[in-house]
Amino acid sequence: MNGPHDLGGQMGFGPVAPEKDEPSFHAEWEKRALGITLSCGAFGAWTIDESRHARENIPPAAYLAVSYYELWIRGVETLLKRHGFATGEELLSGRKLQDGTAPKRVLKAEMVPAALAKGGPCDRPVETAPLFAAGERVKTKNFNPATHTRLPRYARARTGVVEAVQGSFVFPDDNAHGKGENPQWLYTVVFDGAEIWGEGADPSLTVSIDAWESYLERV
Amino acid sequence: MHDHDHHHNHAHGHEHDNHYSDMQARVKALETLLTEKGLIDPAAIDAIVETYETKVGPRNGAQVVAKAWSDADFADWLKRDATAAIASLGFTGRQGEHMRAVFNTAETHNLVVCTLCSCYPWSVLGLPPVWYKAPAYRSRAVIDPRGVLAEFGLTLPEEKKIRVWDSTAELRYLVIPERPAGTEEMDEAALAGLVSRDAMIGTAIAGSPEALP
Repeated sequence: MNGPHDLGGQMGFGPVAPEKDEPSFHAEWEKRALGITLSCGAFGAWTIDESRHARENIPPAAYLAVSYYELWIRGVETLLKRHGFATGEELLSGRKLQDGTAPKRVLKAEMVPAALAKGGPCDRPVETAPLFAAGERVKTKNFNPATHTRLPRYARARTGVVEAVQGSFVFPDDNAHGKGENPQWLYTVVFDGAEIWGEGADPSLTVSIDAWESYLERV
Repeated sequence: MHDHDHHHNHAHGHEHDNHYSDMQARVKALETLLTEKGLIDPAAIDAIVETYETKVGPRNGAQVVAKAWSDADFADWLKRDATAAIASLGFTGRQGEHMRAVFNTAETHNLVVCTLCSCYPWSVLGLPPVWYKAPAYRSRAVIDPRGVLAEFGLTLPEEKKIRVWDSTAELRYLVIPERPAGTEEMDEAALAGLVSRDAMIGTAIAGSPEALP
């Protein structure tokens, strides 16, 4: 979707403000927000792609105004409601009012080291051979789906070169919407700055994305 | 609420303070609810936080870089299969499942961003800093990387090529900075001390030994 999250090339946000000796967290609630988000992910009820899409759907004015951990909390609240773990009334009150969906698993403290060390690998085998090879010129599709995609707007309908075939991975555009993992080949595609930004582009710039096969057409 | 709104609009810009009480209450309510429902274990949250506060952070990545500088075979492995090479040092896991190492050279400087969200190699760098997740960096890194680097105090020669890696999939990128001159005698532990988090994102270069305290 062309949401507020798709920030590449947008203007007006001012300078980057690196913070010297930045702490891991700026408030206690941020720690809990991180832990709650990861714990809820462990339910096995939604995918990382669905959780990204939940954040993308936060209205633009809010998305751009709030802190990143607040985006996470808003996203996880959406998912908890959507999947029947909590009602809006429960979220407002902080009190249990009814039973909800049963999770596939609850992340207990003793499970944390193994769960974090394992992560959630997204590589999957595919039956077909890759359509494109390193060195080939490709063009990205021009599309504007209302659903989740990992092809940024600035990189649509652009011609680039396949630099590497990276393996086959879960296709987020489907996986975010419960349509299955449908893995595809993934390619690193490199674009000249001028191909993306046109007049006035930094001549020393190249930008690469990781593009799923269905994003690409042969030139 | 009136007091809150008034406070919210004041001109001092202490946004963290302003959001703090609201978010503290909201997150507390959420944790209480989910705990009461048996869906989460507050001790698991403590364990997650402790992991990223004390165990997983940029010192992991700095060890990878120092080894790559010291051991040509390891550097070669890192180029071919970064996930396995990094795992051999014990660094695996969430948001580092599929690693790629990108090497700065005399010709090319690498810079990593995630324009769509905040993808970042947690297993070697820990949790991303706020600026990495914020709109200013995510919007400009791909169109004006030199302007962004200048805000980090880094000015690259005009002829240096800049390659920006937009982390749009599950691949997580670790920049291997160039080894500073005059470090031939240093061992891996000392070399790791020259490698900042920002140098492994690409918003800095590795420090020279003269810069050490």
